Amino acid sequence: MATAAATTRLHRRTIGLRRAFAPIAEARGFARGMLWTGAGLTLFFVALAIFAPLISPYGFDQYQSGGHRFAQLAHPSHSHLFGTTVQSTDVLSRIVWGAQTELEVVALALVFGLLVGVPLGLFSGYFGGAFDRGAVLFMDAMFAFPPLLLAIVIAFLLGSSVNSGVLVAAIAITVTYVPQYFRVVRNHVISVREEPYVEAARALGAKPTTILRRYVFFNVVQNVPVIATLNAADAVLTLTALGFLGYGVQPTQGAEWGYDVSRAVSDAASGIWWTGLFPGLAIVLLVTGLTLLGEGLNETINPVLRKRAFRRVDFAASPSQALASETLEP
Amino acid sequence: MGVQGSSLKRYAITRLALVIPMLFILLTLVFVLMRVAPGNPVSASLGGHVPPAVIKQISHQLGYDKPLYTQYGHYMWDVVRGNFGTTISDRRSVGSIILVNGAATLELTFFAVIVALVVGLVVGLLAGRYRDSPIDAGGRLFGIVVYATPVFFLGLLAQLVFGVWLNWLPTSDQASPITQALLKTHTNIFFVDAIIDGNWGALWDVTKHLILPATTLGLVYGGVFIRLIRINVIRTLKEDYIEAARARGINERSVVYRHAFKNALVPVVTVIGLQLALLLGGAILTETTFNWPGLGHELYIYLQNRDYAAVQGIVVLFGLVVVLASIVIDFVNAFIDPRVRY
Repeated sequence: MATAAATTRLHRRTIGLRRAFAPIAEARGFARGMLWTGAGLTLFFVALAIFAPLISPYGFDQYQSGGHRFAQLAHPSHSHLFGTTVQSTDVLSRIVWGAQTELEVVALALVFGLLVGVPLGLFSGYFGGAFDRGAVLFMDAMFAFPPLLLAIVIAFLLGSSVNSGVLVAAIAITVTYVPQYFRVVRNHVISVREEPYVEAARALGAKPTTILRRYVFFNVVQNVPVIATLNAADAVLTLTALGFLGYGVQPTQGAEWGYDVSRAVSDAASGIWWTGLFPGLAIVLLVTGLTLLGEGLNETINPVLRKRAFRRVDFAASPSQALASETLEP
Repeated sequence: MGVQGSSLKRYAITRLALVIPMLFILLTLVFVLMRVAPGNPVSASLGGHVPPAVIKQISHQLGYDKPLYTQYGHYMWDVVRGNFGTTISDRRSVGSIILVNGAATLELTFFAVIVALVVGLVVGLLAGRYRDSPIDAGGRLFGIVVYATPVFFLGLLAQLVFGVWLNWLPTSDQASPITQALLKTHTNIFFVDAIIDGNWGALWDVTKHLILPATTLGLVYGGVFIRLIRINVIRTLKEDYIEAARARGINERSVVYRHAFKNALVPVVTVIGLQLALLLGGAILTETTFNWPGLGHELYIYLQNRDYAAVQGIVVLFGLVVVLASIVIDFVNAFIDPRVRY
């Protein structure tokens, strides 16, 4: 009897899961390509970060092996696939370890950003009033700063008092993204707040916290994966920009791709390309991966943009029809 | 017309009234950020080897020995009067930094926006028009990769290819030293100064120096336009009035070019304004990469010198520019589209 109940529960849950993931399975065309390419690229870097100790030939700041120092600015070769830097470190190793730094910071920044931005947006949007007005004004003022500028200033101010560069960078990035989460969540809450099912819950005497937790939160939170993935892409760009300017993760603390590119600018003048090209490409690939994943998710989850595998019930002239009608026209 | 005029006026007043508390918060935010940092800003920017008496004297001169609320009051009053303060490390007035280096940033960003618009319009319109075709896929992929490329990395590649390997274009500074020495200053914008003087040699030199930084920044910024214009075109093509135009038998080409594209372009004005913050952020990196003497480059140097006063002044200016630009954009929108006014 108990097992039967468990089975139905499990069954119900798999149905729920299947329904949640249905759009992903139904995704077709460019959206499908974006989703899977993005997921593949992202997973590649996640694997690189997790297995860095196994994959990386050397340490991120190792400049010698077996008692003899590596050559400075050596061309890519068999012993150093991507060459070496001016400090004799191995470019490939720095990229592999760099994946760890980038993903650590981005994960921290996302968690911080969600922890601060989402509850604030929920509260502000649901209860409204003076708090809401004040919060909106404050967030709008934050929005007026170029995000990178804000991140630089925060990293600059924290740099002297917080020891962990990863933490400094994560906080700096968080500050720039909180207003975004806040805005999206708050605006969504405001539209959900007046829905009949919320009103029904209120009429039944549910406490505001229950309404927020059970009815509003899950409706609003659906938007979050898309924003979070796209913000993760943005966060990598901000982190590497900070590194490029010498803020955030310090060279002694870990490998950071943006910092590597900044060191390569002076190499470029003498035609040395490998110290900048490879870390730069790593940034481009990771950000492309995260962006494709986010956009792909957006197009598969968002019903306005979504295109399904079967039956296209779009009676309004869809662009493909427009194309067809044009080819028919003389 | 009278009704329209008054609603526009009411909108303008409401919008301006809302700006005041926002500017107040913005200024306070910068002040708090820059002053909660421990330590005396004067000793931070002058380094450890300056005698305490000198530090005390300079602190007194610049008002850093007064209580914080007095400093805050002075700072707010100064900003209201258009005085952004004086740097500690080299005693320049922030106002002159804005005039000289701001001109360089203006030159760079102006041409970058042009590059971005050209790239964004061409790719975005084509991708949206031929949705789901190879053109669309290619255009979107281009947009995403361009967005994913850090502006400093694109700059590095440009320097390698066009500066070092092909040796076609200079890779740093705003002009060659001779041009800088000979060019008379009218506006501080080298490009305009050269035209005013009719100095075509200098103009060519300035243009050559502009090409790489402006294209780099413009390409990255253009990625945003590609995305937005594409989506707009797709949305516009689904509108009822497009359907109506088709139903009237207007041929497809004119439906697309005369009805759809024009309307798809209206939000672009807004987007330029909204993305101004992104553009300025990109300018900081581009200027650092190309040693371009703009505000971002100065900010970078003052940050390294831990010159809090200079950083504060430049950060406030960036914030002000973005806020003012957003007002201008809102007015333009309200003027074009009556639905915006409330």
